[in-house]
Amino acid sequence: MLADFLEYDFLRYTFLTGLLIGIIAPLLGTFIVVRRLSLIADALSHVTLAGIAFGLLLEKKFAVTLITPLYSGMAFSVIGSIFIEKLRGVYKAYQEIAIPIILSGGVGLSVIFISIADGFNTELFNYLFGSVSAVSINDFYTILGISIFIVMIVGLLYKELFSLSFDEEHATISGIHAKAIHLLFIVLTALVIAASIRIVGVLLVSALMTLPVAASMRIAKGFKQMMFLSIIFGEIAVVAGLITGYYLSIPPGGTIVLVSLIILLISIAAKKYNFTLKKAHENNLQKK
Amino acid sequence: MSEPVVSMKNISYAYDQKTVLNHINFEIPKGAFMGLLGPNGGGKTTLIKLILGLLKPDEGSVQLLGGPIGKFKDWNRIGFVSQKANSFNKGFPATVFEVVSTGLTANVGYFRFFNKNHKEKIIQAIDQVGMLEYTHENIGNLSGGQQQRIFIARSLVNDPQLLILDEPTVGVDYENVQRFYELLHRLNDERQITLLLVTHDTGTITEHATDIVCLNKTLHFHGKPEEYTSLSEKDLSVFYGHPVNIVTHNH
Ligand SMILES: Nc1ncnc2c1ncn2[C@@H]1O[C@H](COP(=O)(O)OP(=O)(O)O)[C@@H](O)[C@H]1O
Ligand SMILES: [Mg+2]
Repeated sequence: MLADFLEYDFLRYTFLTGLLIGIIAPLLGTFIVVRRLSLIADALSHVTLAGIAFGLLLEKKFAVTLITPLYSGMAFSVIGSIFIEKLRGVYKAYQEIAIPIILSGGVGLSVIFISIADGFNTELFNYLFGSVSAVSINDFYTILGISIFIVMIVGLLYKELFSLSFDEEHATISGIHAKAIHLLFIVLTALVIAASIRIVGVLLVSALMTLPVAASMRIAKGFKQMMFLSIIFGEIAVVAGLITGYYLSIPPGGTIVLVSLIILLISIAAKKYNFTLKKAHENNLQKK
Repeated sequence: MSEPVVSMKNISYAYDQKTVLNHINFEIPKGAFMGLLGPNGGGKTTLIKLILGLLKPDEGSVQLLGGPIGKFKDWNRIGFVSQKANSFNKGFPATVFEVVSTGLTANVGYFRFFNKNHKEKIIQAIDQVGMLEYTHENIGNLSGGQQQRIFIARSLVNDPQLLILDEPTVGVDYENVQRFYELLHRLNDERQITLLLVTHDTGTITEHATDIVCLNKTLHFHGKPEEYTSLSEKDLSVFYGHPVNIVTHNH
């Protein structure tokens, strides 16, 4: 089944890109979930859509090819992420209000760009739900660069990111620069979202960041273990999702999320089963 | 005699217009185990925030480990267990080891990793609070009292000279409160850590502390535990602004 993916160039780049986002999306997703920021990923993906629509508009109306939709999507996403941090500072007591503001802003801009361009149906459909055939060699190298950058930064700042996620007050008192690190983190998140959208699509990218984490959270001991398990689940979802999507002619966003959901259900069931086993064991001990 | 660990001179503080601390003068001698008592809203947490430099006094000056607080850099010499410490997200997937390691994060510095030496310190701190067998357990699976021990261990990894605890025993059952005080006593005795403990357990703290301070906007009492326990209920009701019963535990 893998044969096609290895044989055809365009599929190979999709496949390799899939492997990359299977790492970076759950990697950042781990911090996003424990910091209860899952909805921010959604807001940013809609801002990215505006950026992509802008890129497509430039391509269609002005034949600009230097700024690809990937780049314009990234730019919008990063700017949106900085806005979110600022808004969260302004509305300290109601930080989640930043999410609908940014999300609706993103959708509003997308609609405007799309209508100026008189629509771009198929491309847009690809961006909404992901596509198997969308990754060019240039996109692949850009995403490879982003992935290396993200893994490096998360590795180097792991203990600070973890400390801030666990207890922000304590981390700040002990002298960690919370504001700067939050900003950097949310910019990284924006980059991951822009990189992932090609394959999973705007509507489902946050699922790839959060579902593998939700699954591993149930069974992992500790944070590091949860992070590694999330990445493994993310990779399984991307590989299985891409292959089934391709052979069934379904946008891979749908199949990837479906596989993630199945993994999540299995982990919930596994936990429950494990739990009842323990209970039964304890009951037996009590009887003795 | 060596200089005090904390010294506050003529400190006043107000949130907006509301004066919370009014001309406070007080010192924590090196090696003391100081119990800070007072009614809710009396300004205890605010006082601690001033000692930690999280708030700036409207009036007066704070000295920490012998120097003015504005120039203080050695924050890892000060351990702090916040009042909010045990209201953390109980579902947070972190092991005891991981939680205690966060105490070292700032100390180790950016772009550096924990080495063998750091890991040994983490294990030692967990051992000191008697939680070694739970090292790789998720913190959410522990009881409230055990979690408090872990937060103390997080402060201990840096070998603090001063450990400040803000109402650490709220919601911990009687048995574990006793064990908790024994642990604090040991840290004070064996490691010469100066302690500042905010609590409402007047009965227990007077058995362990070397100094007692009562705070309600101003300092109402500063003395030895024996002096505190010999105060009449009438004296105390003046501090608290309402009648009080002195609760003593019979053993
Ligand atoms: N951030 C704040 N803004 C405004 N008022 C505050 C703030 N924090 C505390 N206060 C007020 O200051 C007073 C003292 O609070 P606090 O120091 O927390 O007392 P304690 O710790 O002794 O219970 C209380 O009346 C409280 O309502
Ligand atoms: Mg308080």
